[in-house]
Amino acid sequence: MPAVTYIPSPVSDNLIEIRDLSFAYRERPVLKDINLTARRGQVIAIMGISGGGKTTLLRLIGGALRPTTGVLKVDGVDMSRLDQDGLYRLRRRMGMLFQFGALFTDLSVFDNVAFPLREHTDLPEEMIRDLVLMKLNAVGLRGAHELMPAELSGGMARRVALARAIALEPSLILYDEPFAGLDPISLGVTGNLIRRLTDTLGVTSIVVTHDIQESLRMVDYVYFVSAGVIAAQGTPDQLRASVEPFVHQFVHGQEEGPVPFHYPAQPYADELELAA
Amino acid sequence: MMHSLLLSLRGIGAHVIDGVWRLGLAMRFFSMTLLHSGQSFRRFHLIIREIFSSGVLSLIIILVSGLFVGMVLGLQGYETLRTYGSEEALGILVALSLVRELGPVVAALLFASRAGSAITAEIGLMKATEQLAAMEMMAVDPIARVVAPRFWGAVISMPILAALFSAMGILGGYLVGVMLIGIDSGAFWSQMQAAVDFREDILNGVLKSFVFGIAVTVIALFEGYDAPPTAEGVSRATTRTVVTSSLAILGLDFILTAFMFRGV
Repeated sequence: MPAVTYIPSPVSDNLIEIRDLSFAYRERPVLKDINLTARRGQVIAIMGISGGGKTTLLRLIGGALRPTTGVLKVDGVDMSRLDQDGLYRLRRRMGMLFQFGALFTDLSVFDNVAFPLREHTDLPEEMIRDLVLMKLNAVGLRGAHELMPAELSGGMARRVALARAIALEPSLILYDEPFAGLDPISLGVTGNLIRRLTDTLGVTSIVVTHDIQESLRMVDYVYFVSAGVIAAQGTPDQLRASVEPFVHQFVHGQEEGPVPFHYPAQPYADELELAA
Repeated sequence: MMHSLLLSLRGIGAHVIDGVWRLGLAMRFFSMTLLHSGQSFRRFHLIIREIFSSGVLSLIIILVSGLFVGMVLGLQGYETLRTYGSEEALGILVALSLVRELGPVVAALLFASRAGSAITAEIGLMKATEQLAAMEMMAVDPIARVVAPRFWGAVISMPILAALFSAMGILGGYLVGVMLIGIDSGAFWSQMQAAVDFREDILNGVLKSFVFGIAVTVIALFEGYDAPPTAEGVSRATTRTVVTSSLAILGLDFILTAFMFRGV
């Protein structure tokens, strides 16, 4: 099939459509038969235990990986048929927030947020300054624009990274573990910010996380990924009421359930040579 | 016995295949860097920044080392030349050894350990902290934005640093030979001027340092870019940069010298 370049298609209400997607890394299956839809203006959470394939799914949506089989459409474009130029053109309409922000350590907060604007637009410097300050204001850090990334706390770094991710006014924002390692105040601030930005900018947000309480508070729909498949899905209310063992264990953080506490091992007594 | 022999043979084979793979990857990386260089030259301020961090920040170590190497050459050269009663030729000895050999080689070795290791560590850490991945997600190619400017910054700096090393070395030789030991200043400079050929000696020396600059920088950038994104991975890559580029400098020096000065 010939590679195609990116042509936006505003016809569909679904920004992301994933049908029967499978992904294998060096013949080791990571994701199997994934079906997922994200509408414009929604906050979608992809949840699950560590190592379950959540981040892989996010990387597939971002185009860093290609699906082995199945269809993955972002904004109506089949990702597996995009060439490098097409992918880059699509990515200009995506923002991604990495787990620890991934700010450029040699640039100031201001220059980090200005980076995508300077790379992709020919705007005059005065206009870039105004835009950067507006984005920083939206995350509450306009006063910190002269600081270097090393001078920021973890929560502040993530908010700056969020300002950078929305600099080009994307239609899709991907969040990789935005709540990991945050204190309760920063956690609530970040959660509210994701919700508010999604609503005011009209973007679609995909949040990969395992912070169940924060997610159920602010998302529209949740997909649970476990062992490479979508184990459960629903709105926060549906999941809170769910009696399915996996969802129940996850939502209530219980040690016992379908997800075992112990890594597979030979019987304990055998290992300690206690058998008669 | 047979089995362990086979196992060790297999180990050697795997090592060789791995080495050839890495060489191929490095060459591909080098070609990609060259392909994306046009963009860097259009935004020359990025290259200027890298000339500062690779070149200007290496100045102190290059200048001080050059001075000491020249002073040692002055002392050693004087002792040897005195045996033949030709102390006045000290200027030639100091200048030729610096311009042809020690300038390019020692400056490149110092450059590899000062700037090369810094480049590897910086790129490796940018990878480990997902800065390169973030750049790609912003539709900015890290090879064009991060790698190519560093490459040209370092490649432009290297011959200038080697020239400064040689100049400081000659000054060191002058200080020891003329000021300390008392060789005639006129003889020191005029013999040097008469014997050192611009094309044969100086240009060849510059060419050498240019080649070393490319080798050191490609190794440093590739090791950083290819480093496993962990603390251990980055530290091993930094060590490998210094070891591999030192060996590459000495190996290339032999080949270049054979072609330049012996006319092989």
